[in-house]
Amino acid sequence: MELQQSSYSSRDLLVPVVSVILALLAGSVFILIVGENPVAAYRVLFVESFGSVRNIATTLQRATPLMFTGMAVAFAFRCGMFNIGAEGQLYVGAIVAAIVGVSFANLPRLIHLPLAVLAGMAAGGVWALVPGILKAKLGVHEVINTIMMNFVAYYLTDYLVTGPFHGGRWAPETDRVFPTAALARIFPPTRLNSGILLALVAIGVVYVILWKTRTGYEIRAVGLNPTAAEYGGISVSRNMILAMGISGALASLAGVEQVLGVHGRFIQRFSPELGFVGIAVALLGKNHPVGVFFAAILFGALRTGGAAMDRLTDVPRELVVIIQAMIIMLVAADELTRGLLRRRRTV
Amino acid sequence: MWAYITYFVNATVLAAALRMATPLIFTSMGGIFSERSGVINIGLEGMMLTGAFMGMLVTYYSGTPWVGLLGALASGAVMGLIHAVASVRYKVDQVVSGTAINIFAVGFTVFMLRTVFDVAGTSPAVPRIQSITLPLISRIPVVGEIIGNQNPMVYMALALVVLVHVFLFRTVWGLRLRAVGEHPKAADTVGINVFQTRYIAVIASGALAGLGGAYLSIAHLSRFGDGMTAGRGFISLAAMIFGKWTPFGALGASILFGFADAVQMRLQEVGIPRHFVQMGPYILTMIALAGFIGRATPPKAIGKPYEKE
Repeated sequence: MELQQSSYSSRDLLVPVVSVILALLAGSVFILIVGENPVAAYRVLFVESFGSVRNIATTLQRATPLMFTGMAVAFAFRCGMFNIGAEGQLYVGAIVAAIVGVSFANLPRLIHLPLAVLAGMAAGGVWALVPGILKAKLGVHEVINTIMMNFVAYYLTDYLVTGPFHGGRWAPETDRVFPTAALARIFPPTRLNSGILLALVAIGVVYVILWKTRTGYEIRAVGLNPTAAEYGGISVSRNMILAMGISGALASLAGVEQVLGVHGRFIQRFSPELGFVGIAVALLGKNHPVGVFFAAILFGALRTGGAAMDRLTDVPRELVVIIQAMIIMLVAADELTRGLLRRRRTV
Repeated sequence: MWAYITYFVNATVLAAALRMATPLIFTSMGGIFSERSGVINIGLEGMMLTGAFMGMLVTYYSGTPWVGLLGALASGAVMGLIHAVASVRYKVDQVVSGTAINIFAVGFTVFMLRTVFDVAGTSPAVPRIQSITLPLISRIPVVGEIIGNQNPMVYMALALVVLVHVFLFRTVWGLRLRAVGEHPKAADTVGINVFQTRYIAVIASGALAGLGGAYLSIAHLSRFGDGMTAGRGFISLAAMIFGKWTPFGALGASILFGFADAVQMRLQEVGIPRHFVQMGPYILTMIALAGFIGRATPPKAIGKPYEKE
């Protein structure tokens, strides 16, 4: 797997684009199983995700959390670590944002909203520091620990949302956050909210950190070759811990955006695996903020179009989940994807 | 005080712990095969889920849960094959491949459930493998109550642990498998086919995870439900790690985690939130990995694709 592309070239675009096309082609087999026409079904998917301004707004809304989780995974990748715990980090960030959001009445918006956002970020960042520290100080593989911490986060938030912070309604959810903590809807009636502006800022900030600061240079150096970095006077453990913290903070923003901008409250197990789809987004986006932005829009469109396809045709929305899985596999197997291309050319 | 303890530790709870442990035992044995050969398998969850679905589906059409079990075994093996092709042949990052398999399984099972049965959430009921009563053993006090009347798959799981142990540590194939996971280059030098060994190990891994999933849908229950594995593949992974990649260790961890599962409702009754009990296996595994309770060290070559020179 290529973790370390620093910028895009047309060659780098080849594998992602071909992977998406191949995955859609393979997905058409499943559409045929259902007895629908793949061309017609994909037409619905495309029109419903990009066909009108309103549909585009919905697509962007679905893409917003994926920009955060995609960048979270990409950021850790840049330091040579696999953060498979974005899902847990976003839950922790979401519950903390919700708690702050329901707690302080009569706080001015200018204080309440940033407080909720920053508290969520901090919580997710600290959550991710744990596997970061265990990796840096004890050499424990971060993959297993981030997986384990996902489950701890699920059960912890299950407890909080059914126990101390259970709202007034029967359902396992908190009360609605005060309007002073809500991210404004910017294109009603869709649920697109100012969280997307936050995502754009985050994309810019991540780009600047990674390529315009000494810290970013060190993080990438550690990701490329930890031994060489250490010899060059860069602290591997310090950068690993830092990268995981930033990664966790980014992931938690996805949960913050869902709570403060979309649902208005924390709902038990609300996330449709946003953290895991973030892995797909990071891979497809080649771990670059700009790539992540476009990959997130693609996956947001798949989800928007998939829901419409479910409504308007016999094709279940889970088709897009299957397609997502195939995209991950094909992008990661770039040797296979390139090989297929070469074979096609020689025929 | 004694009454208090026996409320949590008694034959009924232990029998339930064994039932809860069974899918974990199958799947963690699968994990051992794959990881001992040097291939990380976080796709166990997806392989298990696929097995649970296909076990139900084949039972539905054949009318016989034992045939369904073969279906689950085969479908798990196919998922294992995909993981092997990706990570051994095409050198896809093993964690990425496992993630893709997990996501695929979620999409595939719900997609097929809705397509085949036109229902969302739960499949129709199918025949299940019925529990049996062991002659003689069931009459032994306490022990009989715990193991005397269980599902055949519970006994299969226990037998499997012994088989895997003997295979790994008492046969030449087991030695080769471990060699490939510890030091593939050395294994290659003495003529062991690293790729072939890993292929077989990962396929076996998927097959066993498929059985673990099928236990849920056609033995413990008699239907498939969306996401019914509910993280058990990951708990199995945790059991394998907590058991230090050994069959008996993983068995012990599976039973411990099964016990936590079985006792959580009773703990809830005395005011201990069950969510904290459910976190237990994961936190214990992290502590074990960090080396605080006897360091758990993975096979040396794990996660690294082998490149033949």
